Amino acid sequence: MNRSLPLLPESASSVAGDVDALFFFIVAVTVVFTVGISIAVLYFAIRYRRRPGDERPQDVHGSLALELTWTLIPLGLVAVMFVWGSKVYFHMNRPPDDAMTVTVVGKRWMWKLQHPTGQREINELHVPVGRAVRLVVTSEDTIHSFFVPAFRIKKDAVPGRYNVTWFRATKTGSYHLFCAEYCGTEHARMGGRVIVMEPEAYQTWLAGGPPAESPVVAGEKLFTELNCITCHRPDSAGRGPLLTGIFGRPVHLASGDSVVVDEAYVRESIVNPAAKVVAGYQPVMPTFQGQVSEEQLIALVAYIQSLQVPAEGAPASTGAPQR
Amino acid sequence: MSSEATYPSDSYLSGGWDLKSWLLTRDHKRIGILYLLTISAMFVLGGLYAGLIRWNLLVPDGSHMSAETYNKTFTAHGVIMVFFFLIPSIPAVFGNFLLPLMIGAKDLAFPKINLLSWYIFVLGAGFTLYALFTGGLETGWTFYTPYSTVFAQSNVELAAIGIFIAGFSSILTGLNFIVTIHKMRAPGMTWFRMPLFVWAHYATAFIQVLGTPVIAITILLVALERIFHFGFFDPNRGGDPILFQHLFWFYSHPAVYIMILPSMGVISEVISCFSRKRVFGYSFIAMSSLAIAAIGFLVWAHHMFVTGMAVYSAMVFSALTYLVAIPSAIKTFNWAATLYKGSISWDTPMLYVFCFLGLFLIGGLTGLFLGNLGTDVHLTDTYFVVAHFHYIMVGGAIMGYLGALHFWWPKIFGVKYSEAWGRLSAVLIFIGFNLTFFPQFLLGYMGMPRRYHVYPEEFQVLNVLSTAGATILGFGYLFPSCYLLYSLFKGEPAGDNPWGAKGLEWQTSSPPPTENFHVPPVVTEEPYDYANAGK
Amino acid sequence: MSEAVATSTPQHAAHHPALQHHFVDLQQQREASTLGMWVFIAQEVLFFGGLFAAYAIYRHAYPEAFSLGSHHLNWRIGFANTLVLIGSSFTMAMAVYSAATGKSRRVVALLLATLLLGGVFLGVKYFEYAEKIAPCFGDGSHAGCLVPGDNFDASALHADTANAPQTQIFFSLYFGMTGLHALHMIIGVPIILTIAFLAWRGHYGPEYHTPVELVGLYWHFVDIIWIFLFPLLYLIGKH
Repeated sequence: MNRSLPLLPESASSVAGDVDALFFFIVAVTVVFTVGISIAVLYFAIRYRRRPGDERPQDVHGSLALELTWTLIPLGLVAVMFVWGSKVYFHMNRPPDDAMTVTVVGKRWMWKLQHPTGQREINELHVPVGRAVRLVVTSEDTIHSFFVPAFRIKKDAVPGRYNVTWFRATKTGSYHLFCAEYCGTEHARMGGRVIVMEPEAYQTWLAGGPPAESPVVAGEKLFTELNCITCHRPDSAGRGPLLTGIFGRPVHLASGDSVVVDEAYVRESIVNPAAKVVAGYQPVMPTFQGQVSEEQLIALVAYIQSLQVPAEGAPASTGAPQR
Repeated sequence: MSSEATYPSDSYLSGGWDLKSWLLTRDHKRIGILYLLTISAMFVLGGLYAGLIRWNLLVPDGSHMSAETYNKTFTAHGVIMVFFFLIPSIPAVFGNFLLPLMIGAKDLAFPKINLLSWYIFVLGAGFTLYALFTGGLETGWTFYTPYSTVFAQSNVELAAIGIFIAGFSSILTGLNFIVTIHKMRAPGMTWFRMPLFVWAHYATAFIQVLGTPVIAITILLVALERIFHFGFFDPNRGGDPILFQHLFWFYSHPAVYIMILPSMGVISEVISCFSRKRVFGYSFIAMSSLAIAAIGFLVWAHHMFVTGMAVYSAMVFSALTYLVAIPSAIKTFNWAATLYKGSISWDTPMLYVFCFLGLFLIGGLTGLFLGNLGTDVHLTDTYFVVAHFHYIMVGGAIMGYLGALHFWWPKIFGVKYSEAWGRLSAVLIFIGFNLTFFPQFLLGYMGMPRRYHVYPEEFQVLNVLSTAGATILGFGYLFPSCYLLYSLFKGEPAGDNPWGAKGLEWQTSSPPPTENFHVPPVVTEEPYDYANAGK
Repeated sequence: MSEAVATSTPQHAAHHPALQHHFVDLQQQREASTLGMWVFIAQEVLFFGGLFAAYAIYRHAYPEAFSLGSHHLNWRIGFANTLVLIGSSFTMAMAVYSAATGKSRRVVALLLATLLLGGVFLGVKYFEYAEKIAPCFGDGSHAGCLVPGDNFDASALHADTANAPQTQIFFSLYFGMTGLHALHMIIGVPIILTIAFLAWRGHYGPEYHTPVELVGLYWHFVDIIWIFLFPLLYLIGKH
């Protein structure tokens, strides 16, 4: 049994080092002030211990110079912390363009993950080392939180929305995955592992499982089954906007605002179509809330994401994922 | 118990010992005692739940109790400690007792409302305890949706109603304090001659009045949603679960300032008495209290950095969170400067001040990690947060509470307690506390999430250390209950001013007469005028 | 205030029977009571504020649904009720003025008029609620039921399936906000009755009528809340 006393978590992602550096800077500030002020307090308490007799210390009111000093120096220090922390946070919220997208659905009490090629996992995530992995996280029921301490990442899985985070693993190995938002009886057991492999080993693993249907293919089937094609037709006779090539581009809404088409917008348009109607179209799309599961939504989103404007002479897109 | 033998005939304690004279009292001092009894009971209960938590966490496999029982246990601990101990604690006991005395008034502005606030508190506690004991509550004290509104299988509605009711107790206390401080100061007591304890309660009162109604309506919505399936917070019905978090934290963050500001007020009083010096930077400390109360309303979303909020919004909240830390730093430096060239006596209340200074320092500084966007992603929802807030709430707020208890005990009851036992307990509490909670910082950075019934084996050693500390801490808390109670029967009379302190409350007898002052005071000196040898 | 020191001996010169013992004089008592009521009203603003915040957020998210829900409400009835409530605030203000000028009988009459108008408001509210709630009970079609929950009839609003859940949110807010408002009015009834009774018994006069003033403050606050609620709930325009 491992009886060692670990004091630092493993550092296995590209961002872990940044987080640790920032952490230790704040530790240093904390230690300096704690030790400094504690020593001062103890020293004063001993040095100025009350002597017998009715001693009356000198009356000192205050000092503006001191007040300014111990206001501005801490202000400066926290400003540094704030700027540094904001930069790290920005970086943690901007997945690189070459990231592969893995969808994560939390459900009491397990994590359901799906690779872009369709492989599904429960409570485990296999990834290749050195590759950026973008996680689209949601929940089927309560709020959960996807937490990998070794990567220093955490993102809440909120029902009804997609949250995005990313990581680039830098070391092979097997790392804890925890649920970090209380979700009921088995909250503490809703965990697993992230397994980082060498790229070749990852390819072997990908190919080794049962043949998996890519979410794009699944989404295309659903698109037909649910009759989306009736309104979202490739000709202009459709009552709904064309969906080819819209991903990543802004659309203008009937309200006058514009929004960039991402996973969240596509999902919202399926379950709450009246929320952000595209300008020039009537709000006639029915809602599919309750008729599609979170995983079906992921498939539909993946399919729509894959739709490219057909090049001259080239067939309409089949389903290679673009991200 | 014969009251005449121990107390002066006109003391507030002599005026009848029957139930009616206590349960229908309008005397702010007796109401303070009623609160003291009630919240002490709640503290013991909350502490027992804490003991169960630590006992479960001795082993990683959760074999000491079922997951459901554990979830109900940590929820009960949180609900009781936050709503029924920490929020009322210093204001309801010491604020009620001391505020009129400190400003030279006969009572608070609204004595009947004061009594009503105690009854409301008891009613709210009754509902909540009933909910906790008949079936329990397992949502966490934070009631996050949609778990609490759709999935929880426990007494959510009952507990929500209990907390809703108890909130009005806090509102009425705050209302009373604001009006009293504005309108009932003795002649000569200008704003800047008020004790810092009064300033602290003034700032706190604004938070109580303006923040509590928001949690009231929020928890009411949770109850309504559970009963009627409205759908405010249920995404399947068009609702937004994150809206709950915004509404909840809009109160619950300022609430932590309700817990700490009064304690800071106590520190100012005790540190100046036992240094025999004016508090350094009086107006800076007074204004810092107001600044903390105001800025404290603007930082709530720092509890939500990983919920998927926009990066720019998160930055605003992080910046404001850092800003709110500055007034607390200013206070800490000013207290340290008060000690410089003072005449320092190491009596029990002062020992609690030393504990506070060290522990609040650590607690406050660890807040810097959590207000920081880069580190909070890793640390939020782990034991780091648990350690941080316990350092502030126990290491800060409760040290202040115990300091107040030991400083004003002679004034409230007219007796002295055993100084030796007092000092021993303070040391024991300090050691036990650090051993309990410091390992939790390490656990948090290692990645142990909070609210975990079971945990990976590599976290066991730190958890065992923490439980050992909790045991010592429990004993530490036990001793004051014993020797303070003992002093009521066998303590030697304290006299009007056993500590030689400045402040109007020390100018009247111990215990004070029912109308507080035989001759209403007129204030002519600055506060903490210790340079003047006159009593 | 320093004079109070000299005269605060146990045997006061005859003081007003309404002066409470812990106050120095009636002026301090009145100022304290008035400040207390303003602080209480500030608290009430925050109490309603949570609902107003939820309203603002959801209306921004679901403009269509809110428009549909609002159109279903009868704005004429709402407007009439608004006039009734403003009228009751007027009678209340007149009651305070009468108390200040020592006209006790008029105070009683005006307070009762306030109650009457308030009662009319609540009565109208009862009928407004009844037509939305009654269809929700019993078995059968529940057509016209507008209580959010399983029996909610979105077709009554001509809401398509896309909007249906969100119109429920509108009606949750409708019932929540107007219900909380009505509760505050109902709480006001026994209070006004008590003050009216005490006025009838001659407790109030020019030198002391603070309770009448404070009840007036409370009632005006309840009125102002409605003045915000009415347009926000009843008058949302269509796109």
